[in-house]
Formats: sequence, C-alpha cells, structure tokens
Amino acid sequence: MHNPQLNKHGELNHLLSIEGLPKAIINHILDTASSFVSISDREVKKVPLLRGKSVFNLFFENSTRTRTTFEIASKRLSADVINLNIAASSTSKGESLLDTIDNLAAMHADMFVVRHAQSGAPYLIAKHLNDTKQHHVHVVNAGDGRHAHPTQGLLDMYTIRHYKKDFTNLRVAIVGDILHSRVARSDIHALTTLGVPEVRAIGPYTLLPGGLEQMGVRLFTNMDEGLKDVDVIIMLRLQNERMSGALLPSAGEYFKAYGLTPERLALAKSDAIVMHPGPMNRGVEIDSAVADGAQAVILPQVTFGIAVRMAVMSMIASA
Amino acid sequence: MPTPPDVAAGFDAEALYLALLDQVREGLAGVPDVAIVGIHSGGAWIAERLAHDLGLADRLGFIDISFYRDDYAKKGLHPHVKSTRIGFDVDGAAILLVDDVLYTGRTVRAAINALFDYGRPKRIMLATLAERDGRQLPVAADFAAVRTTLAPGQSLALARSEAGQLTLTIEQDNA
Repeated sequence: MHNPQLNKHGELNHLLSIEGLPKAIINHILDTASSFVSISDREVKKVPLLRGKSVFNLFFENSTRTRTTFEIASKRLSADVINLNIAASSTSKGESLLDTIDNLAAMHADMFVVRHAQSGAPYLIAKHLNDTKQHHVHVVNAGDGRHAHPTQGLLDMYTIRHYKKDFTNLRVAIVGDILHSRVARSDIHALTTLGVPEVRAIGPYTLLPGGLEQMGVRLFTNMDEGLKDVDVIIMLRLQNERMSGALLPSAGEYFKAYGLTPERLALAKSDAIVMHPGPMNRGVEIDSAVADGAQAVILPQVTFGIAVRMAVMSMIASA
Repeated sequence: MPTPPDVAAGFDAEALYLALLDQVREGLAGVPDVAIVGIHSGGAWIAERLAHDLGLADRLGFIDISFYRDDYAKKGLHPHVKSTRIGFDVDGAAILLVDDVLYTGRTVRAAINALFDYGRPKRIMLATLAERDGRQLPVAADFAAVRTTLAPGQSLALARSEAGQLTLTIEQDNA
C-alpha cells in the first residue's frame, strides 16, 4: 500500500505516524534536529526557512504544552502561526472536519498541526488533501486518540540517541498506562525500527494492551523485575480520568506498585536515564527525588522537542 | 574572453592555499579582533588551516548555510546539515569568512545573513581559494588565490584526502 506520509519521490510529505516510516527518514529527522538545537542558544533564535508560510494549529483536543512547542518551533522557523480555538468555533456550529480544512486551505494554509481525540483524524485530513490534489498543504499529527504522537516519539528517540549514542545495544522500559498511551505506541514503533533489541512494557495487567508481544515487546506486571538492568526508563503519565474507570484502585495504590522511586531506579543500570513526556504527576507515577534527580532528562526532552519539531516541519514543507 | 583552462589540468590547491595565506596574513596585519569562519564543507577545511597558520585557533568558527539558502523552497533541505559552531563573540569582531570557491555569490549572501543572527560584526571580509565568473549578486572577495573563467557547464570542486591534502579540480556538470 502506498504510504500516505511520503510523496512520489519518497520524501516526507506529512508526518502522521512513526509506524511505516523508513529508518532512513527517522535518522534524517534526528540528524536535522541536531543542527537545529543550537539555534535556540543564539542571539537571534530564528532561521528564515519557513518565512512567508502559514502554519495552522488545529487543536480539537486541548494541549497547551504541545501546542506551545509547535508554536515556538514554527516561529523559530519564521513561519506565521495561527492558533484556532476549534472547540469554540465552527465545529460547534456543525461544520464537518473536512469543510473546516477546505476553508482553511482556501486561506492559503501551508501546514496543519492537528491534535484530535479521534484516532485517525490527521490521516483523514492528509488523505483528503492528497485526494483533492492539494499537495502543497502538509499535515503534522500532534496526537490522535490512542493512536500516535509521532513528534513525541521522535523527540524521545532524539533524547535516547543524545545520551546513549547507539540504539542497538539498549534495553528500554516503558512504564505505566500503555493501553491508553499514543506516546507508548509511537515509542515502540520507533525503538523497533531503530533496532533496539529489547523493549519492555511495565504496568498493571489492565493497562497492557493485547498485541504488544507480537510487536516484540516483553511484558512485565512486576516493576522490580521489569526495571532490572535497563538503560532507559520512559515513564508515562497516569491519566486521572482512568482512575474513575475501575481500571485502577487509587493513586496511592498505583504509586506503591508502579511509582518510580530511587530504590526502584537503583535496579536499572547505574547510568540509566529517566524520561517522561509530561505533564508529570509527582507522587503518582514518579517520586520527586527521581524527577529532580541526576538521572532525569525530562527537561532536556522539552528542549530537544522544539528542535525535532523544527526538523519535521522544515522537511515536510520542502517536500 | 580568456580561454577556459583545460579540464584535465586543474589547479595545485596546496600552492593556492599558500598564496591565499600570504594575502590574508598581509591583509589582516594590524586588524583587531579578527575571527575566522569557514563555510561547510570546503571553506571549513581552509578556515581550519588558516586559523592554525595565523595562530587564531581559538577564534575559529564554522557555518552551515542550509537554513539560509534561497533555493530551499525548490530544492528542500540538504540531507546532511552540518552544525554551525561560533564559539567567539560576533559583536564587534572582524570576521574573515572563508569559502572554497566564489561563484554566484548566493552562498556568501546566506552566510552573511546567518552571521548576523549571532550578533553584529564590526566588519566581514571574504577569502576564497578560487574565484570564477558567474556572479549573480554584488559580492566580491577581499582575498582570492586565483581568478578564472570556466566554460558553461563546468564547475570547480575542492576535495580533501584523508591525509588532509587539498585538490581543486574542474568538473563537467552532468546535468
């Protein structure tokens, strides 16, 4: 099947999911990102690559942090950014998603950054743009339902590569609510594509989705066993709304079984890094001593995230 | 119009470098706050050597102009963007910008734009190993070891061997 993310020359035209992305393209994104990192340290934190381009942030689901990082990345590329408050606008008046897109495209949008509660919404938009021959308009998935959050997955890979250099000798553990996590899904696809030999998923049985083992992931319900000798720990946010759904007993119980404490961290390799996509719930999935400790790379993740989003946007805008 | 040089002949890049070094040494004598910035890749090789030979190793920087190119919309991002490293204070510096070949002038334009995003240099000068015809912008080199005219479809290419030896050859574009 034709990969809707690539154009006929095999270049990245939309970023919808890490699943199906060739390793060479992932590496190209990471390489490009590394040259964007230093721009944020300069006197003028801007390059003119997307000057005159209009980037529309379409956040059908709220996410201040992700929207802000995309906005910063766009502005550092000199693009004009338009934030649409979708919840308060046309969709609430009954306009369909694709009608909204056509209207914005008629305003000469060059790129849509889409966050949607519905899995597949960015695909639908990209497919519509391809079908209607609007090939000059590009789509970046900023998180769709339980499906994918590719830029988060890519910035996680950037962070791992920054600290560990090589993917092919790593043990990586992803801990928490894997079932509802689009971050976990994107990370697993990326880690597998980049050749990580051992990916582990740690969490209560109710939050480990089926099908993980077929993807080559080792499952652990006991966190102490799962953390043994790992190089990288990716903690996931425990979404409070899951607590009410009878999937979990309480925040306190959860922390007892799956909270990352200094004692548990000591089970991993001594140079293991601790990652978290944010926002963190201290005392629910992660102890403050770990979150603020020497092995945490949670704030560098945020910094790298800007560079990775700049790389993605500059690559697709020129495809 | 002078006859274009023979494709096979090429240039003695090492001799050209020494000639450039002499010009630069003389031209920069007495200039305060000099710093050297090489444009990746060929310019960076020459800048590295100039900085070493002029005792300016701590005032050396490198620049990749991929983010400032004027043909980005047409050609896209170069697949291997190298990192820009400017370790000195650009404000008030007298910067010697170094490239291997001056041709259209577009690379130099992009490099100057990039430098200004690091600060406000007091002055920018340009040194190139070779200068050829075909300028499309009002850009001129302050120092150039050789000036030449090429036939249409020809270009100059600088290469560096593993031992660090430079060679400058005339290539026939296939396009």
